[in-house]
Amino acid sequence: MTEVFVSRPLLLVVVPLVLAVVIAVLGRRIRVLPPLLALASAVLTIATGGMALARIHSIGPALHEVGGWMTSALAYPVVMHPWFLASEQSLRLAGALDTLSAIMLLVVGLVAASVVVFSMGYMRDDSGWVRYFALLAAFVGSMNMLVLASSLTTLFIGWELVGACSFLLIGFWYEKPVAVSAAIKAFLTTRVGDVAMLLGIAILVVTTGTDTYEGVVSSIKGMDPGLVNAAAVCLAIGALGKSAQFPLHGWLPDAMEGPTPVSALIHAATMVAAGVYLVARLWPIFDAAPAARAVLLGAGLVSALGAALIATAQRDIKKVLAYSTISQLGFMFVALGVGAWAAAFFHLVTHAAFKALLFLASGSVIHGSGTQDLYSMGGLRRQMPATFAVWVVGVLALAGIGPLAGFFSKDAVLEAVWHTSPLAGMALFAATLLTAVYAARTTRLAFFGELTEHSHAHESPATMLAPLFVLAVPAVVLGFASGIFAESLAAHAEPLSIPISVAATLLALLGAALGWRAAATGTGAVFARIPRVSETLIAAFHWDAFVATALVRPVTSTCRILWAWADRFVIDGAVEGSGRVTRGIAAAVARLQSGDAQAYAAGIVAVVALMMAALILMGR
Amino acid sequence: MSVLILSATLFALGLYGVLTRRDFVGVLASIEVLIGAPLLLLVGLGAAFGGGAGIEAVGLLVIVLAAAEAAVGLALVVAVAGRTRTTRVEELTEVRG
Repeated sequence: MTEVFVSRPLLLVVVPLVLAVVIAVLGRRIRVLPPLLALASAVLTIATGGMALARIHSIGPALHEVGGWMTSALAYPVVMHPWFLASEQSLRLAGALDTLSAIMLLVVGLVAASVVVFSMGYMRDDSGWVRYFALLAAFVGSMNMLVLASSLTTLFIGWELVGACSFLLIGFWYEKPVAVSAAIKAFLTTRVGDVAMLLGIAILVVTTGTDTYEGVVSSIKGMDPGLVNAAAVCLAIGALGKSAQFPLHGWLPDAMEGPTPVSALIHAATMVAAGVYLVARLWPIFDAAPAARAVLLGAGLVSALGAALIATAQRDIKKVLAYSTISQLGFMFVALGVGAWAAAFFHLVTHAAFKALLFLASGSVIHGSGTQDLYSMGGLRRQMPATFAVWVVGVLALAGIGPLAGFFSKDAVLEAVWHTSPLAGMALFAATLLTAVYAARTTRLAFFGELTEHSHAHESPATMLAPLFVLAVPAVVLGFASGIFAESLAAHAEPLSIPISVAATLLALLGAALGWRAAATGTGAVFARIPRVSETLIAAFHWDAFVATALVRPVTSTCRILWAWADRFVIDGAVEGSGRVTRGIAAAVARLQSGDAQAYAAGIVAVVALMMAALILMGR
Repeated sequence: MSVLILSATLFALGLYGVLTRRDFVGVLASIEVLIGAPLLLLVGLGAAFGGGAGIEAVGLLVIVLAAAEAAVGLALVVAVAGRTRTTRVEELTEVRG
């Protein structure tokens, strides 16, 4: 049955979206229907991804070039649906299943399925039950569209749809003003990137005359390098916005106002990784655009280091994870910047596994302890042993301790970067150290130490624990798949270089020791001795304040001026003025209506006389 | 020619009366004069150009019309006077804007 979906991949977009509508319509009557149908869309995604991989494997060697579009083997020829014609250019809806998209489908499906099952416990008492699962199903469909797209049009539609789902889910608890403003912030910030991306797509479509990946990529070589660079930089800015990279990163920490499982699915594993996926997908374009690679490298470096520093000082467990996500995505962007897109994608996959695991575990912690504040947790390992076990797996993978998944993928990234640019490599090594610092600090603050007095923490129900253990499996074993991974993506796999992995592991252990020690001191801040640094880190380098002064306030005050002056005097003046003029004329004319019949008659006579006179004078 | 002049004079007198008389009855009487002017013109020109039954019929129709107008007009004057206790034209300015 899934064969149908493999050969017509866009069905994988339609079905979850239809299921979302079904959930919205019927969900109120049957309570188990919403999670069941949302789970069905996730399982369908997994099944199709698996079938596609099996089929690609059976048709032979992995490397294929489809009309110059550097991709791994396609499961089936690309199916195109003309969407609409605009002058001579046709915009097409097209989906293709190759190794890259099939692996991504597996990631999306697996995380989505875990999140749906987890949410059955986490959202049990929430009044938005139906809306929640409808949005999850809609998100799976949208994300599939983004993943499967093989034309820029399809990509952009999927790109915007996941953005919309993200907006709706961040603002899920719309009674909370913080959640609403976080949703708006996320929407507006990613909009900046999306506008740039639309511009990039427009440049490509106009210059190459087609919107299919195949067509665009095959005509890249003949294009003016300046235009290629411009288009690729625009696409890169779009990727930065979606993946919350500096300077468009401000929305992700605020997005933690949404439900925690949503953070796991959208803001850790899948949607925020879309930027990395986009660059890997359209690699030939970026290959030809050094400027865009520089943008990716720079933004990735700042994000990887800066966000890791900030994560060492946060006291909200979800904020730590959010900054950690920005930092890990930074690793991927640095890898993309130096051309190691396969390593970046590998890190994307392992990161999706262990970060979704960590987010869901933090959800379990929040559910069990009733707080998000690390400083009021402590000693939870006794009350929540199962959650503690999977958390440790996730944290070790995050810190890059072998032989867990993060070790292999982070080493692949570090190695690629080190060989291209030692300076960037050193920065990433520093970020590796910091990663271990905040990982150890958070773990100790939450799970070790003494119980807080009024702690009523309890272990979460089985529906919440089961997905955690499911996700723990890839977080442990995925690293060993690196060889298969690189091979099937037709990228050359380098064996792990011993010095780099040893150095990374030693740094991680050192960082862990530092973080562990810091968590024992009173405030638990790593730089507690230097209050200035500590404050700066807690305030996330005052980035939000900077954006507020540099951007938000000038814009709002301009708007206020426009409202107070232009709106009141120019626009209102015109509107009210037209009324006033009409009334003035009316008042003047009304005086003629004296009510005196004889005056009217005199008027009629006078006018008739005038008309006759005119007739006679004009000679008729 | 004299008929023309007479008719025009009559019309002018009637019009003058309609525009200047200050009571309804006077205005009505002036209207009668006003209607008489075209009637005179009709009959006079009819006679000058040979006459005929058609002209006479139209002339009679106009006379009946004038009588009907006077009847309706006087009835209106009575009704207005009964309601407003006046027959002065300049005092009836209820519909002023």
